[in-house]
Amino acid sequence: MEIVLKNISKRFGAVRANQDISVAFYSGRIVGVLGENGAGKSTLMKILSGFQAADSGEIWLDGQRVRYRGAQEAVRAGLGMLQQDPLDVPAFTVLENFVFGNPNLANPRQKLAELAARFGFHLDADALCGQLSIAQRQQLEIVRLLALGVRALILDEPTTGISAEQKELLFSTLRRLAREEGMTVLLVSHKLEDVIALCDEVIVLRGGRLVGRTSMPTTPQALVAMMFEELSPIDARPSLPLGQTALRVESLHLHVDRLHLHNLNFSLRGGETVGLAGLDGSGQEAFLRVCAGLLRPQRGRVCVGEQDFTHRSYRDFRRAGVYFTAAGRLEEGLIAGLTLTEHVALTDEGDDGAAWINWIDAEKRAAARIARYQVRGQPYSPIETLSGGNQQRVLISLLPEHPRALLLEQPTRGLDVDSTRWIWQQLEARRQQGAGIVFSSAELDELVTYSDRILVFYEGRCVEVADVRQTSADALGHLIGGNF
Amino acid sequence: MDSVLQNTLNTVVSNATPLVIAALGETITERAGVINLSLDGSLALSAMVGFVAAYAAQRSGVSAPVALALGVTSAALIGALMALIIAWGGITLRRDQVAVGFILTLLAADLAQFLGQDYTRIPGPTFPTVPVPFLVDLPVVGPILFRHSLFVYFSYVLLIVCWWWLFRTQGGLAHRAIGERPASAYARGVDVNGLRYLYTILGGALVGVAGAAFSLNLKPGWANPPSMRGDGWIALAIVIFGGWHPFRVLLGAYLFAALRAFASAAQRSGDVGIPLVLLNAIPWLAMILTLVFVSSGVLERLLRVLPRAVQNRARALLRSDPPAALGTRFEP
Amino acid sequence: MRAWRDFVFGLLPISFSLLVTALLIVLVGKDPLEVARVLWSGAFGTSETLASVVNFWIPLTLAALGLVVTFRAGLWNIGVEGQIMIGAVAASGVALYVKGLPSPLLIGLSMAAAVMAGALLGALIGFLKLRLGVNEIFGGVALNALVNVASIYLISGPWQPAEGGSAQATSPFPMDARLPLISPIFPTSLLMLVLTVLAIGLIIRLLSGTRWGLQLKAVGKNPRSALLLGVPTGRSVFSALALCGLLAGLGGAHRVLDTYYSLRPLVSGGIGFLALLVVLLAAMRALWAPLIAFVFAAILGGTTRVRIRLQLDPSLAGVLQGLIVLTVVLFQGIRERYFAHHDESIEEKV
Repeated sequence: MEIVLKNISKRFGAVRANQDISVAFYSGRIVGVLGENGAGKSTLMKILSGFQAADSGEIWLDGQRVRYRGAQEAVRAGLGMLQQDPLDVPAFTVLENFVFGNPNLANPRQKLAELAARFGFHLDADALCGQLSIAQRQQLEIVRLLALGVRALILDEPTTGISAEQKELLFSTLRRLAREEGMTVLLVSHKLEDVIALCDEVIVLRGGRLVGRTSMPTTPQALVAMMFEELSPIDARPSLPLGQTALRVESLHLHVDRLHLHNLNFSLRGGETVGLAGLDGSGQEAFLRVCAGLLRPQRGRVCVGEQDFTHRSYRDFRRAGVYFTAAGRLEEGLIAGLTLTEHVALTDEGDDGAAWINWIDAEKRAAARIARYQVRGQPYSPIETLSGGNQQRVLISLLPEHPRALLLEQPTRGLDVDSTRWIWQQLEARRQQGAGIVFSSAELDELVTYSDRILVFYEGRCVEVADVRQTSADALGHLIGGNF
Repeated sequence: MDSVLQNTLNTVVSNATPLVIAALGETITERAGVINLSLDGSLALSAMVGFVAAYAAQRSGVSAPVALALGVTSAALIGALMALIIAWGGITLRRDQVAVGFILTLLAADLAQFLGQDYTRIPGPTFPTVPVPFLVDLPVVGPILFRHSLFVYFSYVLLIVCWWWLFRTQGGLAHRAIGERPASAYARGVDVNGLRYLYTILGGALVGVAGAAFSLNLKPGWANPPSMRGDGWIALAIVIFGGWHPFRVLLGAYLFAALRAFASAAQRSGDVGIPLVLLNAIPWLAMILTLVFVSSGVLERLLRVLPRAVQNRARALLRSDPPAALGTRFEP
Repeated sequence: MRAWRDFVFGLLPISFSLLVTALLIVLVGKDPLEVARVLWSGAFGTSETLASVVNFWIPLTLAALGLVVTFRAGLWNIGVEGQIMIGAVAASGVALYVKGLPSPLLIGLSMAAAVMAGALLGALIGFLKLRLGVNEIFGGVALNALVNVASIYLISGPWQPAEGGSAQATSPFPMDARLPLISPIFPTSLLMLVLTVLAIGLIIRLLSGTRWGLQLKAVGKNPRSALLLGVPTGRSVFSALALCGLLAGLGGAHRVLDTYYSLRPLVSGGIGFLALLVVLLAAMRALWAPLIAFVFAAILGGTTRVRIRLQLDPSLAGVLQGLIVLTVVLFQGIRERYFAHHDESIEEKV
């Protein structure tokens, strides 16, 4: 399908997400839509696929001007979008998800089996969707959209959180769809290696504008030059002499829902960073929570320093200097409806501070914190009015200066390059003062860049990559798929 | 079969029927992601209005079937109106559904008492018992299930339709999806908030019918305080106990009715060793116990005792989570 | 412009509720103006009627203050009704069966028992919620019913008057157990009045000035985040429910030690539920709750006379109060939805 966008503009409040973008995509081609977080690529694709309406501009499909209200009309016009978090219903079975929204499908069970077999997908029609991996949910969405007869497919960051094998299967599927069926495929990504591996051509967005278009092959350097105006090099990571054992886990056994961690041993010393890799729900999140006292293991010991903390509460862990932050900032971390000052007053005297709060003093301290952590906001700003990057800065600023250990679940999820680097500067500073850090991430690059060691989780099993210098994001991609 | 037992079971079915209808109505509403907390008040108000409408119609010379139909219809309209206020407040006006529902509970109960003050303890039209031809002659189950008023048969039909709609139709997929993940439903072209209005009002209308089932059949007439006070809360608990699944909801209602039948039988026989008034505590203790039971912690611990193979099936059968988007707002 | 709009939006729901109530009164065949006149004189006609309004206001305000605390922690404490009742039961037990104490000690012991019983019942709801996973709404409803059953059992059984039970009430309390009145023409307890005013100040100060109050707010807005920020969430929930139960229990003591001088079935008379309405109308603010409680207490007090003089069912009070709260809540929504262009969002204040 030939897709032509003319002068698309969209703003959210003061932010101009898309400015006057005109671009065409042709049948049988796979086009990468590249740009860093906040460049406007997701907005543009959501406009194209009907999830959002443009403020102005036109969409032409195969020479016809189209106007649609809602994603369903876009699908009917032949355009389907696969969201980063696939828009399925977790409580439905695979088959129910496949049928939902497609009432005229005859013999859906057979159709699902046919489509899945054709692309080598393993989809159990009667499995609950909520129990599938991200990759399987993507596969389900793809066959669902194909059954609806789409002729163009848009994928938003589809390679985050899936293994190397799953990525290869996805890419071969997309290639076949483009070559054999003449489909137009748009791949939204901020990862150069994905785009280089898959795409026929690339468009680059920056600051809401279309800044470049090039055919493949091209060099990563050329793409980077288009994506970023200037890029400061990452500071070299000094290795530190390791300190005392900060946290130790001995023969840990844990069952949560369908996840089983068996006989896991781990220790963290001051001054080192350990990355946790793995597909969503492979055990790394549960492991972090066990280390923080937020989940109780069935067997085994968790020690802080030399002390047994196995059945202690998270508050005890905090008192002992072990702090945890979760991935969802506003769900688990900050409190929507409370101001910055209130967050500071809540946390900064430790957990056992004075009974009475001096609000004038608290506001001064909040202002000082804002200045130091370069937060864009005021002491009286409700926390939910800040941007994601600023929220993460606040979250980091609420951690103490000299913790024993930091346990961080995806500390840079959804942040742009700039914020990510800034967060890591802060974490590195704490490491250099003797803190041990454990973090999980779906970004393999980040794991390789910032870890001294990496634990790879797969279905509750775990292997260690002791020397990160000898590994690459690609090798890690194979490990998280279970090829130990 | 022992005819005393048969009669008892027959009574259990008829006593449970208003609870069944109300709880199925609430199931429909909650499956769409909306909580209608006003049940206790809505039941009272619709029972009163249903009775007064039927009574007034009969007094004005209308034939009994027509008067009864009028009663049920006006009761359903009252239930629907209550639900409409909750949908409007919760969806369009973005108020807390629990708050609006709670206010309505109190308001409706007081309204029923206030407007019904001149209609207490007077006889009016009631639904007769109509045995179903042929089916009533079935051995054992016939006299238990098929010697009842129309409300009971309505509850059977409602059960089947409810289950079939939710789990066997495309419309049911959309219905459940707006309670589980409205964003996905919206992306598939479903008018999320429109359907939420529809199912809230439909569920409310059924609560109204349940009210009429009290005042025109089970406990005919109107009284101050009304005989069904508290039953709305029990119906809400039954929905949780039933895991938002029609058959389990029905089972829950029958279990409660059986428990009550036991308590009142014990009261009649009078030799239970504990003071009679304390038997009134049984339904409420049962409510707490069942809620403790279905709350994941306790059930999980019990299930762990079972062998692994049985465990997963038992879990699937006994445990179910509330609709994921229950009580939340959706703004496209 | 802004002030004018505030005024209209404040007045509209009240007028609307009054209008609907008037229509309902016409519907049952009475004259609304006559009802209003009797209602007013029933509340403010004499010092005695004013005292009866104050006697409603005291437990209503105490329960409402408790509910401000539980709402702050994000809890729907419907169990407040049972907490008032159990306070009344406990106070009655002491008043009826503890002999030989001087009056101030006896009254103090009654009130202490009431406060303890209320707090324990509140904590029980917390236990059901935190340890056993029973939502506080259902736990509360069930406990209300159970306390009611227990009080009826006591009245008709162990505690029934020696001269034979009518199941209507226990025997009247001895004079020593009754709260002293300010004066025969203003029959209400100075002690309770002072305690209530102190409670208002205390709750406002606790919620706005202490770490505990801030922790409650954090738990109410997002318990999971609060836990990760080091808030003892379980302790917050327990303490909020126990404090609410404590205040409600004190209100229950007032019902029996001042108003009735005996224990009766449904001794709370819906004051707990009414307190929930008060707090919803006050938008959870501790400062507003006592004022709204006074208006509602006046309606309650006035309806007593309406029932006697005009033979109207006392549920009239509940109808009017419920309508006011419902329309105010809905009008707020209408205002934010359709007229929000010039208004800033309404900030939550203490």
